[in-house]
Amino acid sequence: MEKIFGMPKSLTAKPFSFCAGCTHGIIHRLVAEVIDELGIKESAIGVGSVGCSVFSYEFFDVDMASASHGRAPAVATGIKRARPNNIVFTYQGDGDLAAIGTAEIVHAAARSEKITVIFVNNAIYGMTGGQMAPTTVLGQKTETTPYGRTVENQGYPVKMSEMLSALDGSNFIERVTVVTPAYVNKAKAAIKKAFQYQIEGKGFNLVEVLSTCPSCWGMPPLKAMDWLKENMLPVFPLGVYKDNGNK
Amino acid sequence: MGEKILMKGNEAIGEAAISAGCRCFFGYPITPQSELPAFLAKKMPLVGGVFLQAESEIAAINMVYGAASAGVRVMTSSSSPGISLKQEGISYIAGAELPVLICNVQRAGPGLGTIQPSQSDYFQAVKGGGHGDYRLIVLSPSSVQEVIDLIRLGFDLADKYKTPAMFLAEGMLGQLMEPVDLGDYKPNIPDKPWALTGCKGREKNIVTSLWIDPEELERHNLELQKKYAKIKENEQRWEEFKFDDEAEYLIVAHGTMARIAKSAVIKAREEGIKTGLIRPISLWPYPEKAFANLKNIKKILVVEMSMGQMVEDVRLSVNGRVPVEFFGRAGGMFPTVNQILGKLREIK
Ligand SMILES: Cc1ncc(C[n+]2csc(CCOP(=O)(O)OP(=O)(O)O)c2C)c(N)n1
Ligand code: SF4
Repeated sequence: MEKIFGMPKSLTAKPFSFCAGCTHGIIHRLVAEVIDELGIKESAIGVGSVGCSVFSYEFFDVDMASASHGRAPAVATGIKRARPNNIVFTYQGDGDLAAIGTAEIVHAAARSEKITVIFVNNAIYGMTGGQMAPTTVLGQKTETTPYGRTVENQGYPVKMSEMLSALDGSNFIERVTVVTPAYVNKAKAAIKKAFQYQIEGKGFNLVEVLSTCPSCWGMPPLKAMDWLKENMLPVFPLGVYKDNGNK
Repeated sequence: MGEKILMKGNEAIGEAAISAGCRCFFGYPITPQSELPAFLAKKMPLVGGVFLQAESEIAAINMVYGAASAGVRVMTSSSSPGISLKQEGISYIAGAELPVLICNVQRAGPGLGTIQPSQSDYFQAVKGGGHGDYRLIVLSPSSVQEVIDLIRLGFDLADKYKTPAMFLAEGMLGQLMEPVDLGDYKPNIPDKPWALTGCKGREKNIVTSLWIDPEELERHNLELQKKYAKIKENEQRWEEFKFDDEAEYLIVAHGTMARIAKSAVIKAREEGIKTGLIRPISLWPYPEKAFANLKNIKKILVVEMSMGQMVEDVRLSVNGRVPVEFFGRAGGMFPTVNQILGKLREIK
């Protein structure tokens, strides 16, 4: 019998450490499939971040560095500048990229770094147990917004794709999600494009993936997908925010 | 021996780094080391290297982490407040066992302090600075020639031991113009099979400082300690001046402070105070071996451009065998020859 569906070569056999139903797993798989399909497994260098994806260096079967909290774009810059022929990507959460690491992502984009960023926005800090993230939506209850996020106290959620697309240095920015099979296909196409551009020598490329955190949102996985559609899609509209290749 | 050429300290750092095969520099502007990035911004493109002005010292040290992971010789440079910002990154570099060179052209603190030279980052450099049980190799130059020698040595030792090294200078050395001999040094760059280059033809490589299992992390720490013990045994460096059989008093001073201390030793001898000097060159590992034989020494005077930091390591090395006195100035002021002489007369 012919095997027509299996593990991507760019994933190791190590079981994911994510909670059941967490969409980090889907996103990992998509990145690995894209690396396989583009034939870049042997030249790819990934940079993991600090968050629930901190073990991404164990899951991706490519050369990997693990960065300190927020600094993956700087680490990726160092790697790409030292080895311009390798394909360099980061995998970061919203606390990592949109709070502590805001300066690093903004300036990597401003410099047009020829890297690919996978930005997983789950509107919460998963790893540390469900505190407010910069992307937490208004009214959302978290460990540190027990009465819900309010404009008066915590201000508005940060929209990174919109912000980064305003910079001249960004080349490709798309926001996607993975909560239905159709969305998953679109997400994969966006991730592929973000790598393809880097292969063509273009930067800066980022895909923001709206993702669920059933554990810290306090709901079962399917309900979390509905919650994302109802509460995150209106605040973080899907779509292509920047695509210089299509100009 | 080559021809001698005149060079400013800050430029000598850059010249030596390039001769050592350093091909990546990441930094953020700060006085008093600004001539160095300006020099490298000009020179790096000419040798096919990378010069990048980062958005902060935090970004710079993490770019350094990335470039070192990718297997190239890489350096960053800053001054005291900027070095404080780099500490988390330095701890990660030590944990991940990456060879890098960090220059600190010190200014006086605490806080924004002043841009005048100082030695008040000694503790931060030799006792940790960042979190965790790690050590930096710390080298302290006292002349522009030694800037060249120690930058090269710093790169070689960092690669040899897979560990971060710090070049710890004081502001005035960066400004000092002196003749130097570039010699015929060849960098000693080992193979780096652990580096991230893409996994073609081999298993994937990982660069990380994460060991989530406490037993594994303890094992990692014990391995680091073994490495540090080796460095302590092999890499203590110091200079002695008139530390002969006649010497009854000993001054201990490092870096540019030792130049002033040398003049004080000469003057003291003229007065009949039989004084010698130990100038530590490696601040970590501290040159304990220099203090092995103190049998004729009545007292030791430690002189620093700080309120007393290295004096603690002198006391540890001497371990109560001889009284250890201290004289220091802070805030960018430095002890003068006369002040040191006065202190010697006082403790005699
Ligand atoms: C300097 C520093 N500050 C704080 C932390 C603690 N910390 C670990 S992960 C994290 C937040 C991660 O959230 P996010 O980036 O949204 O990723 P997620 O876990 O939701 O995937 C924080 C604050 C740290 N590791 N380092
Ligand atoms: S805490 Fe949330 S983000 Fe983290 S693995 Fe669990 S579900 Fe996923």
